[in-house]
Amino acid sequence: MTNIPETGRSTRVQTRLVVIQILVLSLLGTLGGRLWYLQIRQGDEYAKEASGNHVQQVVQPAVRGSILDARGVALADNETRLVVSASRTDLLKMKDDGKAVLTKLAGVLGMKPQEVMEKVRLCDAETPQPCWNGSPYQPIPITDEATPKQALQIRERAEDFPGITAEPQAVRRYTSPGKANTAQVLGYLSPVTDEEIQKAQDTESPYLRSDQVGRSGLERQYDKALRGKAGVTRYEVDNLGRVIGQAESDAAQPGSNLVTSIDSRVQRVAEYELNEAMKAARKEMDRNTGRTYEADAGAVVVMEAKTGRVVAMASNPTYDPNAWVGGISAADYKKLTGKDSNYPLLNRATQGQAAPGSIFKVVSSAAAVEAGYDFDGRYDCSSSYSVGGQVFKNFESADNGAITIGRALELSCDTVYYRLAHEEWKKDGGMNPKKPNDYFYKAAHQFGLGKETGIDLPNEVTGRVPDRQWKQEYWEANKDAWCKTGKKDGSYVEKISYENCLEGNKMRAGDSINYSIGQGDTLVTPIQMATIYAAISNGGTLYDPTIGKAVVSPDGKQVDEIEPRSHGKLPISKTTLAKMDDALAGVATRGTAAWRFGGWPQDKIPMHAKTGTAEVYGKQTTSWFATYTKDYAIVMTISQGGTGSGASGPAVRNIYDALYGVSDDGAIDKKKALLPEPVKTLPKIKADGTIASPKVSKDPVKDLQPTDGASEAATEQGGNAPADPQDQQATVNPPDTGNRQTRRRKRRARA
Amino acid sequence: MTGANSFQVSGYGPERAGWTRLFARDSMTRRLDWPILLSATALSLMGALLVYSATRNRTELNQGDPYYFLVRHLLNTGIGIALMIATIWLGHRTLRTAVPVLYGASVFLILLVLTPLGSTINGAHSWIKLPGGFSLQPSEFVKITIILGMAMLLAARVDAGDRPYPDHRIVLQALGLAVVPMLIVMLMPDLGSVMVMVIIVLGVLLASGASNRWVFGLLGAGATGAIAVWQLGILDEYQINRFAAFANPELDPAGVGYNTNQARIAIGSGGLTGSGLFHGSQTTGQFVPEQQTDFVFTVAGEELGFLGAGLIIVLLGVVLWRACRIARETSDLYGTIVAAGIVAWFAFQTFENIGMTLGIMPVTGLPLPFVSYGGSSMFAVWMAVGLLQSITAQRPMSA
Repeated sequence: MTNIPETGRSTRVQTRLVVIQILVLSLLGTLGGRLWYLQIRQGDEYAKEASGNHVQQVVQPAVRGSILDARGVALADNETRLVVSASRTDLLKMKDDGKAVLTKLAGVLGMKPQEVMEKVRLCDAETPQPCWNGSPYQPIPITDEATPKQALQIRERAEDFPGITAEPQAVRRYTSPGKANTAQVLGYLSPVTDEEIQKAQDTESPYLRSDQVGRSGLERQYDKALRGKAGVTRYEVDNLGRVIGQAESDAAQPGSNLVTSIDSRVQRVAEYELNEAMKAARKEMDRNTGRTYEADAGAVVVMEAKTGRVVAMASNPTYDPNAWVGGISAADYKKLTGKDSNYPLLNRATQGQAAPGSIFKVVSSAAAVEAGYDFDGRYDCSSSYSVGGQVFKNFESADNGAITIGRALELSCDTVYYRLAHEEWKKDGGMNPKKPNDYFYKAAHQFGLGKETGIDLPNEVTGRVPDRQWKQEYWEANKDAWCKTGKKDGSYVEKISYENCLEGNKMRAGDSINYSIGQGDTLVTPIQMATIYAAISNGGTLYDPTIGKAVVSPDGKQVDEIEPRSHGKLPISKTTLAKMDDALAGVATRGTAAWRFGGWPQDKIPMHAKTGTAEVYGKQTTSWFATYTKDYAIVMTISQGGTGSGASGPAVRNIYDALYGVSDDGAIDKKKALLPEPVKTLPKIKADGTIASPKVSKDPVKDLQPTDGASEAATEQGGNAPADPQDQQATVNPPDTGNRQTRRRKRRARA
Repeated sequence: MTGANSFQVSGYGPERAGWTRLFARDSMTRRLDWPILLSATALSLMGALLVYSATRNRTELNQGDPYYFLVRHLLNTGIGIALMIATIWLGHRTLRTAVPVLYGASVFLILLVLTPLGSTINGAHSWIKLPGGFSLQPSEFVKITIILGMAMLLAARVDAGDRPYPDHRIVLQALGLAVVPMLIVMLMPDLGSVMVMVIIVLGVLLASGASNRWVFGLLGAGATGAIAVWQLGILDEYQINRFAAFANPELDPAGVGYNTNQARIAIGSGGLTGSGLFHGSQTTGQFVPEQQTDFVFTVAGEELGFLGAGLIIVLLGVVLWRACRIARETSDLYGTIVAAGIVAWFAFQTFENIGMTLGIMPVTGLPLPFVSYGGSSMFAVWMAVGLLQSITAQRPMSA
C-alpha cells in the first residue's frame, strides 16, 4: 500500500487538505510576523513602557537644616511627630468623597469634622485658608500631633480608614530656646504650590511635590541652603504596587545648618523688654489725645556695631511660629492675617516704617556740616521759629540760647535745625530752585535712607526720603484726588489738599523745616536707623545688616561664612564724627536720655544715645530710641507709644544691662553679662557635623532678675501701679531727673 | 513511515515481546510520528517553566508554594502522556466504536456543568469542581467527541466504498451531532470553546469531501449567527468589552483594554532575547492577568524574547505540519477527518491564543495547546496527539 490514496480518496479531499495546510502555515506565519513587529521593530518602545509600568518613585524628604543662634542653640530644628495624612485620591474614590471616613477620623483625633474637611479641600480663588495648596496627589497632613494611641487606632483599623495614614515624620520645630520666640526673623514654612514647582522645574534645585518652602524670614531667605535635596528611591513594583525590587536610589541630602548672629538670650531679653515697654506705655496717658497710648506695634534691633550683625531683632505684636507646622488652622490663620490681627507676621524691624523724629538729627547735623556750617558754631535755639506766618515750635517750647550743633543734638533742639534747613532752602532758590544743592536730602541718601539696607531677610521696605524727585512723583500720582477734595476754606485736611493740589510738587519752606527734624513725609525702618547708629559707632562704615553668619554643611565639613559687607560710608569727616560721638554721649549723660542712664558706668562703657518722638497726623507719637556703645547699636521704636526716652528708654537700658551685666547702681558683674562683647567665632562643629550647643536656661529674663521668679508677677504689678502717675509726668517732661525711674524702679524696689 | 515500512504488517506477531518488540524495525515505536511527540513534549516542558515563572510570586494563587503550578503542570503533562499512550493502545478505530459512549458521557458532563455542581471562572460557567482542588472542563473533551463522532458518521459510507463523498443526509446527521453539545457549551457561556468547535466542524466538513455548498453554507451560517448573537444581546458585557478592547486597546487601559495592553507591553519589551527566564518585570510584577493560562505566551515573549517565543510558534508549527501530513497520507477517510479536525482545533486555538496576546485577535479564554496551565486542556491535546499517533501507526492496516 502506498501513501497515495486509491479507493474513494478523491482529489477534492486532497486539494482541500493542501488548502488547510497552507492556511494553517500562513496563520503561523502571521503570528511570527506580528511577533517580530512587536519585539524587534517596536521593542524599545514597549521596553520603555514596561519600565514606566513597574517603577515607582518614593521620595524621602530631606531633613531641613537647623537655624542656630551664635552659640549653637537651635532656634529652629526638626522633631519626629506622628503625622496623620489623608490621600485625596483615595477619598474621592469613595461614594461620598470620603466624608464618612473623615468624620470618623475627626472622632478619633478629637477634632471637628468641619475642621478636618477644611484641611483636605484644595485651595483655589474662592476657597479661603485653611485649604491645601500642595499637590492633590500628595497625602495631605491633617494633624502632626497625633498621639501614639490615636495612630495605633488608625493603623489597626486600616480597613475603617481607607486612604488615611499615620506615620512618624520629621516636622519643623521652632524651639523658642529660653523663651526666645524670634518668630518674624525665622519665618515659617508652607507646602510648595504647583506654580512654584513649575517655575523651579528646570533650575538647579527643583521642588518636589512634598516640599515645604520657606515663606518669610530666614526660612525663606536661606531656603535653598536649608532645604537640602530629597532622596528618590525607585522601586520595581508589581501590579498591586507591592515592591519586588529596588531599582536605584539617591539618598536624601539633609539641608545645611544656618548659624546666625542672633543670641537667643539677648533675643529673649529684647522681646521681653519690648513687650514690657509696650505694656507700660499702654498705661501712660497721652496728653495730646487724652487717651492712654495705644502702643500697637514696636520693634527693637540689637546690632553688632563693627560688623552689622544682628544679635537680636524683636517685633511686636508677635506670634507662635509653630502654628504653621503641619498646616495652619482656620482660627490661627485668621489670627495672623485677619483685619483685626494687627499683622503679627510683619517684621516691624525691617518692614515697619515711620517718621524718625529727632533720631534723624544726626543726618541733619552731618548735612549742615557738609553745607559749610561749623559744628562748633553758635546757633540760636529759640523757643520757636517762624516762616511766613507759620510758627514752628521747639519741643516743649524751650529757649536755650545760642548753642553748638553738638549741644543741639544733646538737647534735641529743633529750632537750630529749622533755621539751618530754612537757610539752605533759601540758598537753593526757595520756591523757584536753581541747581539746588539739597545738602539735607543728599545726606539722607548717603546715610542709606530711602533704600533697603540689604539685610538677609526678605521683603525689606525702603522707607522714604521726601526729596524733590519724590515730591514730584507723589504729586503726579495724587494731584487729581487732591484737586478734587481740596477746599481753600475747608477743614484742615481739605486745606492741605488744596495746597497740595496747587504746589504739592514743590519743595516748600515748611517741608524742608519739618524734614530737618525727621518729621513730615520722611519714613525710616528700625534696621536703617540701627545701621546708621552702628556706623557712627564704628567710625563711619555702613554695613549691610546680616543675621546669617555661616552656612554649615550637614557633615560639618564645609563652612561658608557670611562676611560683613559694607554698602557705603557716612558723609562725615573723622573730626566731625568724633564731635558727634561726644554729643551723643552727652545725650546719655546730660541730654534727653540722661534720665534713663542714671548710674550707667559711662567711664567703662561709654553710652551714646538719641531720643526721638515723631508726630504722625491723626495718631499718637512714635517713640524712637537710638543708642550705641563701641560694641552694639540698639534701636527701639514703639508706634503710638509716646516719647523716645519715655516709652523705649527703660527697655533699651535693660537690654544694655543684660548685655554687659550692669546692675542698677552701675556695678558691672561680668558673670551676669550675657554678651559683653560680640561673639567672633562660630560655635564648635563636632566631628559628626552637628553643632555644639551650650546649656540653655529656661528664661534668661528671670536669671537676670535678682528675685526669685515666683513672686515676680505680683511684684511687677505692685511696682508698676504707683509708678504710673510719675510715668505719665515723665513723658511730658523727660529731662526732669525726679522721674528717672519708671519700670526700672520696680527692680530697685525688689533689690 | 514510508512505504518500505508499510509492508511489515506482521510486526505484531506474538513471538516478539517486551523492549525488543518495542524497538524492532517495524515496531510501534518506530511507526510513531516522533516530530509531533518531541515537539509536544518540548512545548509541555517549556510550558512548565513559563507557568512556574508566572506563578512563583502569585501567592494568592499558589497557596504559598511557588512550585504549586509547576508540579501540577508536570503532573498534568504526565497524565496527558499516559492518556496518549492509552489512546494509541486503544487505537482510533476502536474508539470509533466507542463514540456513542463517549458522546453520551461528554453531553452528560457538560450538562452537569450547568447544574449547581458547575463553577464559574472569569465569567464562563464551564468547570466542574472536583475534590482535591482539581477541576474539570468538559468542553475540552467535547472537542474530541465531536471530531470522532462526525468522522465516524461522515466516513462510514465512504470508507465502506459506497459513496465517494458523504451525502446531505449524513452531513446533516453529523452537524446535528455537533450542534447539540455546542449549544450546551454556548449556554455556559463558553464562547471561545464554541468558536473552536465551529472551526473544528468546518475542518471536518472540508476534509470529509462534503459538498462545497455545505462548506460555504456553514461559513454563511456562522457569520449570520455571529451577527445574531451580537444583535440579540446574548453576549455578556464582559464578552462585548473584550471585543471593544480588541478594536481599540487604548480605549480604557485600566479597565477593558488592560489585559491586551499589558500583554503587548510584556511581549514587546522582550526584544530579541528577552529579559531572561524569571527576570521579566512584567511577569514578576504580575501586570498581565491570567498569565499562567490564557496569557502564558506573554511570559515567553518577555523572558525568552523573539527567539523563545518564536520557538513556541515553530514547535506548534511542527505539530500542525506533521498533523496535516498525517491527514493527507492516511488512506482511510476516517483517519483523515480525525487528523484534519485536530489540525483545525490546534491551529485555531494557537492562532487565537497567541494572536490575542499580540493584539491581532480579540481576547477569549482559550488555552495555548500544551503550554498553558490547565488539566483538561492538557489531557485533551495529548489525547489528540494519541489519535494522530494511532492514525499514523495503524495506517498500513487500513483499507
